[in-house]
Amino acid sequence: MKRSTALMLLFLMLGVLVPGTGGLLAIESAKPDWQDPRQEALYDRLVHEVRCLVCQNQTIADSNAALAADLRREIRAMVLAGKNETEIEDFLLERYGDFVLYRPRFKPDTAVLWLAPGVLILIGGIALWRTVRRRATLPIGSDDDESADEES
Amino acid sequence: MSRFIVPIIAFVALVVVFMIGLNRDPTYVPSPLIGKPAPEFVLPLLSDETQQLGTKDMLGEVYMLNVWATWCVGCRQEHQALMDISATTSVPIYGLNWKDDPEAARSWLVQLGNPYASTVMDLDGRVAIDWGVYGAPETFLMDAEGIVLYKHIAPMTMDIWTAEFLPRIQAAQKSAP
Repeated sequence: MKRSTALMLLFLMLGVLVPGTGGLLAIESAKPDWQDPRQEALYDRLVHEVRCLVCQNQTIADSNAALAADLRREIRAMVLAGKNETEIEDFLLERYGDFVLYRPRFKPDTAVLWLAPGVLILIGGIALWRTVRRRATLPIGSDDDESADEES
Repeated sequence: MSRFIVPIIAFVALVVVFMIGLNRDPTYVPSPLIGKPAPEFVLPLLSDETQQLGTKDMLGEVYMLNVWATWCVGCRQEHQALMDISATTSVPIYGLNWKDDPEAARSWLVQLGNPYASTVMDLDGRVAIDWGVYGAPETFLMDAEGIVLYKHIAPMTMDIWTAEFLPRIQAAQKSAP
C-alpha cells in the first residue's frame, strides 16, 4: 500500500514536471552530442562567462533572448572548429567590447574596476589601524573629543 | 573643524560619482568598432532575394547602416525620423533587416514608407553579430573608406541626427572630397 502510494506520487510529480521541461528539452536537443569532452567543457565554460547584452544580468547560457541563442550557436561552431578559449573571447571582444565578458581582461581601461576593491580595503584597513592605534595610546577612562562625538 | 573636511570631501565626491553614474544609460555599451573598418558582408536584398548587396558596394561615399526589424518597437518609433532624414540628405541609409520575416518586412516598407537606399536581409543574425548588434534599432555611420565613425543605439531622432550625425558627416565629406 505504502509503496503504491509512493509510486502514484512519483507519477503525479512526473506528470507535473514533464510539460514544464518540454521547452528545456527542446533547447537541450539543439546541443550537439559532443564527441570531445574537452570541447564540451570549453563550450560550457564560455557560455557561462559571456554576458547576454540584451538582458545584461544573464549569461548567454541562462538567457532565452534570440541574440543569446545566436551567440551560443556561434560559440558552438567555433568550439567545433577547434578554436581555443582566447580565440573565441577575442572574437566576442572585437564585436561587443569588454562588457561582454563577466570577468573582463585586465588592461588600462579595466584597471580601475579590478584594482578599486583592493585599494578601498587597503585605505579602510589603514584608517582602522590608525584609529585603533591612536585610541590604544589614550589612558584608560579618558575620552578624546572625537570618540565622544562618535559615541553620542 | 578640520576633522570634518575629509568626510565632507568624501561625501561630495560620492555625490558627484552618483550624479554622473545614475544619469548614464546602463543599457548603452560602447562599440569597439568605432575607428575600425566596418565588418564586411554580402547579403540578399529584401526587395529581390536573388540579388545581393555587400559592404564593398557601399564604399566610395559616406553611408549609414540602420539595423531594424518588424518585431522591434523602437524601429517603428524611429521610422518617421528616418523618412525625414532620407528626404533631406544625400547620404544613403542602408537597411539591415535583422532576423525578420521578409514578407512582414516588405509590407512594413510599403505601409510606412521606405527610407532606405537598399535593405539587405540577415536572416540568421550572423552579420549582426559581426557588427556587434545587440538591440535594434542601431544606426552606424561609415566614411567613404568604410571606417565606422559613429554608432547610435536607440531610436533615431532629428535631434540625434543634427547633433551627432550631421557634424561627423560634414567632417568626413570635407576630409575625403
